[in-house]
Amino acid sequence: MTNSLSLFKKQEIIYPKRVSGRFRNLKWIAMIVCLAIYYLVPFIRWDRGPYMPDQAVLIDMVHGRAYWFWIEIWPQEVYILTGILICAAIGLFFITSLFGRVWCGYLCFQTVWTDLFVWVERLVQGDRTKRKKLREGPWTFEKIYKMAITHFIWIIIAWWTAGSFVLYFNDAPTLVRSFFDGTVSNTVLGFIGGLTFMTYLMAGFAREQVCTYMCPYARFQSAMFDKDTLIIGYDTERGEPRGSHKKGDTWDNRGHCVDCSACVQVCPTGIDIRNGLQMECIACGLCVDACDSVMTKLELPKGLIRYDTERRLDHKIKGKIGYAHFLRPRTIYYAVVLAVVGGVMLYALMTRSLLEINIMHDRNPLFVQLSNGDIRNGYDLKILNKSREPKIYALSLDGLPDAQITLSAVDEVTPDHLPVPANSVGQFKVFIQALRPAESPVSFKIIVTDPDTRTRTYENTMFVSEKPHG
Amino acid sequence: MNDHHDKDIDELSGIETTGHEWDGLKELNNPLPRWWVWVFVVTCLWSFWYFVVYPAWPVPGGATTGTSGYTQFKELEASQSEISARQQVYLDRFQKAEFQEIMNDPELYVFAKAGGSSAFKDNCATCHGSGAEGGKGYPNLNDDDWLWGGRVEDIYTTLLHGIRVHNDMDTRQSQMPAFGRDGLLKRDEINQLVTYVMDLSKGQDVQAQPGHVLFQQNCASCHGADGKGNKTLGAPNLTDAIWLYGGTKADIYYSIFNARGGVMPAWKDRLDEQTIRQLSIYVHELGGGEETMRESDPAAVPMTPPPAVSGAADDQ
Repeated sequence: MTNSLSLFKKQEIIYPKRVSGRFRNLKWIAMIVCLAIYYLVPFIRWDRGPYMPDQAVLIDMVHGRAYWFWIEIWPQEVYILTGILICAAIGLFFITSLFGRVWCGYLCFQTVWTDLFVWVERLVQGDRTKRKKLREGPWTFEKIYKMAITHFIWIIIAWWTAGSFVLYFNDAPTLVRSFFDGTVSNTVLGFIGGLTFMTYLMAGFAREQVCTYMCPYARFQSAMFDKDTLIIGYDTERGEPRGSHKKGDTWDNRGHCVDCSACVQVCPTGIDIRNGLQMECIACGLCVDACDSVMTKLELPKGLIRYDTERRLDHKIKGKIGYAHFLRPRTIYYAVVLAVVGGVMLYALMTRSLLEINIMHDRNPLFVQLSNGDIRNGYDLKILNKSREPKIYALSLDGLPDAQITLSAVDEVTPDHLPVPANSVGQFKVFIQALRPAESPVSFKIIVTDPDTRTRTYENTMFVSEKPHG
Repeated sequence: MNDHHDKDIDELSGIETTGHEWDGLKELNNPLPRWWVWVFVVTCLWSFWYFVVYPAWPVPGGATTGTSGYTQFKELEASQSEISARQQVYLDRFQKAEFQEIMNDPELYVFAKAGGSSAFKDNCATCHGSGAEGGKGYPNLNDDDWLWGGRVEDIYTTLLHGIRVHNDMDTRQSQMPAFGRDGLLKRDEINQLVTYVMDLSKGQDVQAQPGHVLFQQNCASCHGADGKGNKTLGAPNLTDAIWLYGGTKADIYYSIFNARGGVMPAWKDRLDEQTIRQLSIYVHELGGGEETMRESDPAAVPMTPPPAVSGAADDQ
């Protein structure tokens, strides 16, 4: 045996053949829905009043706000983002344990855009054999113009994709207009350039390489697999021994697989599903469609390759997959965790207060002794006005008797008159002066009230009158 | 290397393993995708490009400059001029405005405090501390006790000309006699005065004390008959609770025996006019600033904020 091991493997170009059927239709629908959401959502308007942007979904980096229809998130509420990410992760686990890698096969952007690019490729260059011939053949005029058209359309799509991405971070109509009047910023152009290139590279060239070599989800989804997870499976028992079959020949003593390789030809990741479950398989189900159409022609029952579980394939269990199959400890855990996290998130959003305060006691100096012997402490007070109108708040104390509040501010700002514009943070320097208390520190509450709505909130803080020991 | 017998082929996949084994698990020796190599090549090319374009190689006497002429100093200058341009808008308004206008304009007020804060940390924090909390001999600027006046105009003058600066004609000037060292008072007389001013600071009735006569003869000319000090002379108020050089018996004895007289530099030749104005407002707004007299009200005197509660006066 010669040493045939090479250090590096050349990428095998895959030319997925056109196929039609149930899963292909599902894939078309998923693709159209996903792309429509992606390209159109930035243009949906949502009225939030005069002081606020009217884009339904907007991540406003400059002002530090994220909007999703009626939900608004401030940077201080980034735990909501954490919650969304946890829900997304558990959601992925849950769906994977129920139906296998449907995310990979139908919804992942890598899959969706690759599918779109392959569709363009097929439209211009023809189906599998034509594409293969064209690609491997010499540089004729036909090859040049067909390749040029393909790549041109790809770049247009990639550019559109990149442009849409940027729209989520800017007011969409304004940005689109800025393209025509030439006021578009270099930052925007830089992002669009980079994302266009990456889309073109990933969907046009990298394709299944992303799933096989780059994607961490593809790898760790196997951790969510068990013998009861739905996978694309080849019924070895029924298919083998495989071989070509002439019309009229008997099916006795042989398998139903006629080795037509339709399943291999349609596979977007270029694997042979008959070798069993493989890491590369994104569970798109196109081989199921391909095999089913062959089986129909041969007047054999469908489902030689089918969505099924490993346990059922191993134990030759036939028939419909019952609902009980989905009720497994694994799916129940995920459902419970998802419900808990979702519930907490929902609670947090429902009870979100439009008034929040942050108080920071001065560190340097911790306290000041005044000439009459009183002690003064300084605080930085931030009032978060999350409402959509300008507000005037009032400040009061609880737990520090006979204390006097003063502000380092312009004359019109007093403890009873703290103006904060709509949807912004007001910062105030607060001084609290009191007789030297018997102990240090004294803990007390600083209370901020919105006199209009009678909303009030408080934060515990302390009044220091001695240097801390130690 | 003749290692046919070493080859370990995985039965299931037919791929050679690395030969390493962990609890029965072996690692397959799959080849890397070739594009990975290209990514590596591109990163190498990028680093070569970087070496040429940017300053990169250390050479005797410095480093290669790179074809782009980029330096971090240039980047710093660019971002500083950008900041200056942004500040200029406010600075123009600030320059034209009086102190009282600035104190009532929310934007200029924030601008002045921010500018003052950074200038304070660069120039003043060395002695007064980063939080202006002071120390022994260095006044705490947060409190309401001022040697030379706590109105914003007073602070401005102090900043411009400093305190006891030799070469500034307009500097704050005064000198306490060294009563003990120069033999003006005997030790037991100083001790009587120490007791007297300590009680004065606590707000006690001190008229009957032997120190009372001594105080009126030696100290009242500057500190006032009631001991409340004199801001035109920088003579501290001895009736309040604040002791710049410490309030223990030993500290006060030392102060009377050797005299005190702090020094602060004049800033008029070191900082520009607007920075000094910003600093004046910053220090005034640390919490103890005194109200400015209104011209329309000739009877008004510089006043400190009233005590928080009426009982506070009893403590003195």
